[in-house]
Amino acid sequence: MALISLRNITKVYGQGDAQVIALDNIHMTISDGEFVAVMGPSGSGKSTCMNILGCLDTPTSGSYRFQDMEVTTLDQNQRALLRRNFLGFVFQGYNLLKRTTARENLELPLVYRGVPAKERHERADHVLELVGLEDRGHHTSAELSGGQQQRVAIARAIITSPLLLLADEPTGNLDSQRSLEIMNLLARLNEEQGITIVMVTHEADMAEFAKRVITFRDGHIAQDTAEAEAVAP
Amino acid sequence: MIWNTMQLALREIRFNLMRSILTALGIIIGVAAVIVIVTLGGGATARVTSDISSLGRNLIIVVPGKRGPSGREQGTPFELQDANAILEEVDGVAGVAPTATKSITVIYGNESWSTSIHGTNNGYMGVREWALAAGRAFTRGEERSGRAVCVIGETIRRELFGFQNPIGATIRADNIPCEVIGLLEPKGTATFGTDQDDLVVTPLRTFQRRISGNRDISMIFVSAAAAEMTTKVQNDIQTLLRQRRGIRDNEQEDFEVENLQEITKVVESTTGVLTALLSAVAMVSLIVGGIGIMNIMLVSVTERTREIGIRLAIGALERDVLLQFLVEAMMLSLAGGIAGILFGLFVSFWLSEALNLPFILNVPIVLIAVVFSAFVGIVFGFFPARRAARLNPIDALRYE
Repeated sequence: MALISLRNITKVYGQGDAQVIALDNIHMTISDGEFVAVMGPSGSGKSTCMNILGCLDTPTSGSYRFQDMEVTTLDQNQRALLRRNFLGFVFQGYNLLKRTTARENLELPLVYRGVPAKERHERADHVLELVGLEDRGHHTSAELSGGQQQRVAIARAIITSPLLLLADEPTGNLDSQRSLEIMNLLARLNEEQGITIVMVTHEADMAEFAKRVITFRDGHIAQDTAEAEAVAP
Repeated sequence: MIWNTMQLALREIRFNLMRSILTALGIIIGVAAVIVIVTLGGGATARVTSDISSLGRNLIIVVPGKRGPSGREQGTPFELQDANAILEEVDGVAGVAPTATKSITVIYGNESWSTSIHGTNNGYMGVREWALAAGRAFTRGEERSGRAVCVIGETIRRELFGFQNPIGATIRADNIPCEVIGLLEPKGTATFGTDQDDLVVTPLRTFQRRISGNRDISMIFVSAAAAEMTTKVQNDIQTLLRQRRGIRDNEQEDFEVENLQEITKVVESTTGVLTALLSAVAMVSLIVGGIGIMNIMLVSVTERTREIGIRLAIGALERDVLLQFLVEAMMLSLAGGIAGILFGLFVSFWLSEALNLPFILNVPIVLIAVVFSAFVGIVFGFFPARRAARLNPIDALRYE
């Protein structure tokens, strides 16, 4: 079943002469359980596409269906509810809250969902174990290394059991060893938990972990391995 | 949820502790000012009221002369007959005490003391609601014969007798030997600064014969039988004395009939108006404090734009962010309000002691201060909070 379906998505920034077309009439379908890497040079529109997928930004025109829901007609609050209920985010800069322990960071999405304290603690224990940081729960972000921070960020994204995990260059700030750890973690989550992952990356090595690679160029989709396979005999 | 929000706000306040204290200072000062003004105003009113009523309830004072722009003008003194006429002809009079006064020096042993002596009758104690602490009042015989006996106030006892028993002793009042037969209960110092206990009371006849040498009455104390009757009694005395002193209808009287209840009312309404006015000024400083909170919340929203973006991305709704900043502003102003109340109560307690006023805790104004400071937080926190909540998540996340 198609989890995500983009049809004729266009995103234009600015007005008049300063107008920039970030996405030009994009079509994309992503099914449940896929692990998709989105590649392309900077300015190719891949981040814009991610933001639209994550309901953080709205397209100028086109249709975006999440499951059976038309997202483009939702208001800001409905989009926030959609993020709350179905999406998880991992950012390049980790985006953990300052002066807050790993555990508190993890529990925050659950706090917003009104999950009682006891269940929050249990689920935090569970995801900390999943990302291998059982003993780091009480450290603040400043006390964690970059790799550890990113693992906390991933744990925070999956603690709500989202349908879709959006990762924007999750290994962008990490050395190759840490990057591999993170990618293995994401691949495992995709395999074992069945979480659909869409990940933006610059690096071809990282894209190899994904089952499907979509390459953007100048606001168009230049290549999609899924379509290539379909076309190939 | 609300508990988590409060914890979060507390952490944010604690992290920016110095800034938070400075911000709350506006509220602290405003609330403290209101509390101090209202408490002291209430204390002053209570003090004046109790002082006036300590002169005697339902008391009417008749004095010769008229209060003019340049102080009291002299008027013809009253006569004893005027006082008797009031007692006999005016309805609703419970007691009349014609009184004459003179400044004298009293001597006992090696001690001497400058004071005033009041020549009056036994009714004086009743009219002024003044009980005896020891000894007895004058007898009929003493009043009629003008025996040299006297009742003294607490100050005289303290200054002349120290720890000795004054009853039965003989003091010299302007060289007239006078036996002390009674001691008045202490009344304390009045608001106007006069020591009410600094007096010697002697029968009127004794005073006229031995001390003043004339028959002038300088003051008539009258007590009405009931509080409701004071105004009527006051008017009747006015009419009666105008007649007796032969004042024509179109002429101003050369005496004054003062009703203590009226004076009390005037004092109460004056201090009330003054308190209200000063409170209004203090309220303005509360509003200024609120603007301070709004300012700092706006700074805080800008500083934490990225944090707001993260929160929106991981599941916060607009109202969650709105609530977070509202709660923070409210806690800031509420903490300021509570600190202001404590500070204000402390200052007013201390000032009450220093100014010798009763400390009257005004509970409603404390509650109003709490509610008002929380209200200030909500009103002035709303605009910054809404601004935070309306942030576009992607812009907030990209904010550096």
